Amino acid sequence: MSLSEILQPVTLPAWIVSLPLLAAVFSFVLPRIRVGAGIFTAIITPLMVVFLGREIFIHGAIQMQVGGWQSPLGIALYADGLSAAMLGITAVVIGSISFYARSYFSGVAASRYFWPLWMFLWASLNALFLSGDIFNLYVTLELLGLSAVALVALSPTADALSAAMRYLLVSLTGSLSYLMGVALLYAANGTLSIKLLAAAGLSSPSIATAFALMAAGLMMKSALFPMHFWLPPAHANAPAPVSAVLSALVVKASFYILIRLWLVIFEPFINPSAAQLMGALGAGAIIWGSVQALLAERLKLLVAYSTVAQVGYLFLVFPLSSIHQANQTAWQGGLYFVFSHACAKSAVFLAAGTVIYSFGHDRIKELHGIVRRMPVSMFAFALAGVSLIGLPPSGGFIAKWLYLNAALTGGQWWWCVLIIIGSLLATAYIFRFFSRAFSYSPEVVEERPVPWIMEWTALGLALCALILGFIAPAVTTLLDAGNPF
Amino acid sequence: MTISLLYALVGVVLLGIGLYSLVIYSHLVKKILALNVAGSGVFLFLVATANQTSGPVPDPVPHAMVLTGIVVAVSATALALALACRIHQVTGTTRLTKNEPE
Amino acid sequence: MTFDNWLPLLILLTSLLPGIVIFVLPEERVRWRTTLNIGGAILKLGLIGIMIWGVRHEHVYDFRMPMLPNIELVLNADAMSVMMTALSGVLWFLTTLYAIAYLETSPQSRSRFFGFFSLCVSSTVGIALAGNLITFIMFYEMLTLTTYPLVVFRGTPESMRAGRIYIAYTFGGGAVFLIGVAWLKALVGSVAFTEGGMLAPYVGTYATQLRFIFFLMISGLGVKAALVPLHGWLPKAMVAPAPVSALLHAVAVVKAGAFGIVRVVYDVYGIEFSDELGLLQPLTAAAAFTILYGSVRALFQDELKKRLAFSTVSQVSYIALGVGIFGPIATIGGIVHLVNQGLMKITLFFCAGNFAETLGVHHISHMNGIGRRMPWTMAAFTLGSLGMIGVPPMAGFISKWYLGTGGIAAGKPWVIAILVASSLLNAAYFLPIIYRGWFREPADSWSPGPSFGSLETHWMLLFPPLITALLALLSGLLADAPFSPLEWARLIAAREYRP
Repeated sequence: MSLSEILQPVTLPAWIVSLPLLAAVFSFVLPRIRVGAGIFTAIITPLMVVFLGREIFIHGAIQMQVGGWQSPLGIALYADGLSAAMLGITAVVIGSISFYARSYFSGVAASRYFWPLWMFLWASLNALFLSGDIFNLYVTLELLGLSAVALVALSPTADALSAAMRYLLVSLTGSLSYLMGVALLYAANGTLSIKLLAAAGLSSPSIATAFALMAAGLMMKSALFPMHFWLPPAHANAPAPVSAVLSALVVKASFYILIRLWLVIFEPFINPSAAQLMGALGAGAIIWGSVQALLAERLKLLVAYSTVAQVGYLFLVFPLSSIHQANQTAWQGGLYFVFSHACAKSAVFLAAGTVIYSFGHDRIKELHGIVRRMPVSMFAFALAGVSLIGLPPSGGFIAKWLYLNAALTGGQWWWCVLIIIGSLLATAYIFRFFSRAFSYSPEVVEERPVPWIMEWTALGLALCALILGFIAPAVTTLLDAGNPF
Repeated sequence: MTISLLYALVGVVLLGIGLYSLVIYSHLVKKILALNVAGSGVFLFLVATANQTSGPVPDPVPHAMVLTGIVVAVSATALALALACRIHQVTGTTRLTKNEPE
Repeated sequence: MTFDNWLPLLILLTSLLPGIVIFVLPEERVRWRTTLNIGGAILKLGLIGIMIWGVRHEHVYDFRMPMLPNIELVLNADAMSVMMTALSGVLWFLTTLYAIAYLETSPQSRSRFFGFFSLCVSSTVGIALAGNLITFIMFYEMLTLTTYPLVVFRGTPESMRAGRIYIAYTFGGGAVFLIGVAWLKALVGSVAFTEGGMLAPYVGTYATQLRFIFFLMISGLGVKAALVPLHGWLPKAMVAPAPVSALLHAVAVVKAGAFGIVRVVYDVYGIEFSDELGLLQPLTAAAAFTILYGSVRALFQDELKKRLAFSTVSQVSYIALGVGIFGPIATIGGIVHLVNQGLMKITLFFCAGNFAETLGVHHISHMNGIGRRMPWTMAAFTLGSLGMIGVPPMAGFISKWYLGTGGIAAGKPWVIAILVASSLLNAAYFLPIIYRGWFREPADSWSPGPSFGSLETHWMLLFPPLITALLALLSGLLADAPFSPLEWARLIAAREYRP
């Protein structure tokens, strides 16, 4: 194969997966180049994703068989507008956090294993978003889980280790449930490809069981209430960059799989009350997560519970999209939540990480007046908070508005009430921390000087959440490329 | 009943036993073992589906899936055991600490 | 896109961009900051002048940006927007001068203050120029966000408490308002501000839903407009520094709420349609109750700023009253009061700030003979109070005259009773202050305070209230002159009640 053949746009999916993978392997084998490999990947991969996005925008979805082997034994990589958008948000978030992590871990021994695992996580996410068949989704989901767990376990405390163990057990259980669903689907239809399964459409008890198993497994991995118990300890005790990517992207990966399966395979056959049930669990998540966030004593725990609440919003997309007129709006809203939350939540975790780096702790009661000491991080927190609450002008507001619109157009007004209550609760817990940050305290506190890149990465991600509020038409057009809906 | 159906049923039973044990036992190594048993159950089910083809040659796809699955399960088990060892080193117990909010 | 398209956005940017730059300026760069502040304000006034001229000559200034596939951000200059923007621009300029002097001795960060201050004015201008409910609500919420740091500026426990209450009320109101807007959009598809309202065709099928939506929207707006019982945040917010109280109560927050009510009734529902649906009576009732309640509460306050706060609660409802009474004359009264109350109230708050800053006086009972020590400030205060009471030729008289006449014309003579009662109450709580200030003997001699040459206080603290008091006087005296607030109000009413 000549160089020009290798660098065709159609091979971009393979490169997007391979580059982080190679970086991971090399940084493990040659620890000295680990930071350089990480930063190199952080710069090149987003570029590749941009190219891929452009290709999909112009030419529609791209399909590629790895190594030329045909399905079902070969691996098919499939990229449409939705994949491109997910790859894009992953690249933005992980790329930015890589720069943060460089400063956060400088001189710390843990960073020896951080970079290989980090790149590995990125590779699995990319592979997941590019998978074209349900078994490949299983493999990438497992890889994702394993690297995430290992990253959580990098933090040396006992709490972090048990949180990692709990996360691992839950993750494996979820994957097994999913795999069983895959087995049932294969037994019924004889194919693994998502596209072929869409066309097959056998309506039988095995489909319902397969869906139940897969959905249960994926909901567990997305930490949907009431299976959210593993998330707060894991996200609160992990190192800040890891918490950021866990909340922003890893829980979204299983949600993405659920969306794909729902849209392509299951939707016509599942009882609509299943959608309402998922919505009800989402409602539980919003209320419970927000209340727990209000009660949290530590900042990172508050933010972790906020993730539990925001994941609830994601699952509202199922009942909201069940009415035909509201279908398009609901999906746009749900995905907009995914993107804005990814940016906003990672910004918040990075800001929290900066607080811990500087003051050594994150007990909310003792964090007086820090808006003066680290104005950039607090500004990032404020902007991100605006998106999390759903205030204009931010991506969160657009998402909330789309949801409200979908609920009202579809005649399901009760979701409106829930969304508004969720916003008000979010206001309460964001301001609980934030008002303390503004209060005036003359006491002198020991603080460690913070590298500017850490503060500005958080701000950059928060600004992305803000900018998402203004580019909605472009984003929705991209999502439509290749007709995933 | 056919051989495939027997395998499939046993697979499901193993899955059930594995999941049940995962919840019941609090010792970490037992939990890991439980997950392995559950995994084997799923793999057995998959092997059973390979026999559904009309000819004498079984379907290779489920076999490929099982092999991949075994590899993944081995890596996952290795990670889990390493974590369990580390937890024992750091805390002295082999049980997960209570899920405290603080 | 021509200059006509860019002008609204430019007016917005003249405070937005300086605000962002001020945030990153180090604290010590006082000159830079002052230049940016004042430069931005003057530039804004210039652009507003162009816009006033243009709208008078039927130019169309329109800026659109798509936010979502079927929703646009629209900045649009019609007569109402121009009036509100002009008020904001002029008062921002004066408050900036005042604030620069007021915060000289403050230990907190002035960069933060002026940064948020500029953003706050940008939000107000955005509200004024909004061309549809979506744009309105965006800037409305931004206003809350940018005013919060100003309310809690001092960082004391009372400020924090006041801030929490402020957030609870305003975000709650915003959420209710948002549901109303979303519902309306889902129902009729368009939420643009149209002269004369655009909902009349829907009376048949959607009457009940439209009533509910109206209730939701007015409740949401009523929080900021301090309609009783949603006014609770306003007196508490008095812990903020005087420039903040001046801005919040004369221009930004309460006016935004009142302006929103005007917009919803006139440009979304349409005045005739609102009357048809029977929505005006509850609004008028709430306004009347607030007018009286606010005045009564004001009587019992000893702290000067708290008394002024309750006076604001009462006075802003004049605008709602004018809206609620069906008829062009009442409309004129309500709309012109937007400007007049702004000018008069900001004068009073500037003076209150002067008394506090120069002499440390916060309570009315300590104000004996303060007029001897600070005659010019007391004179401005007197003019402002007389305007509030409604004594001609101050601007307040003009508003009350039109409201009263409008009430009679609409067949609601009880409006006169409300106005008279309220004026009497206003007199009851303002005249004693004036009496004390001029005619009582001071209890002990005033602390000399910092010396300002021959002036009684810093010139930047002294001139703004004098200028606004003068403007309030002129707005009344020269009410029939072209470009006066009354003229504008007449223009707006004429365009609203087109046959």
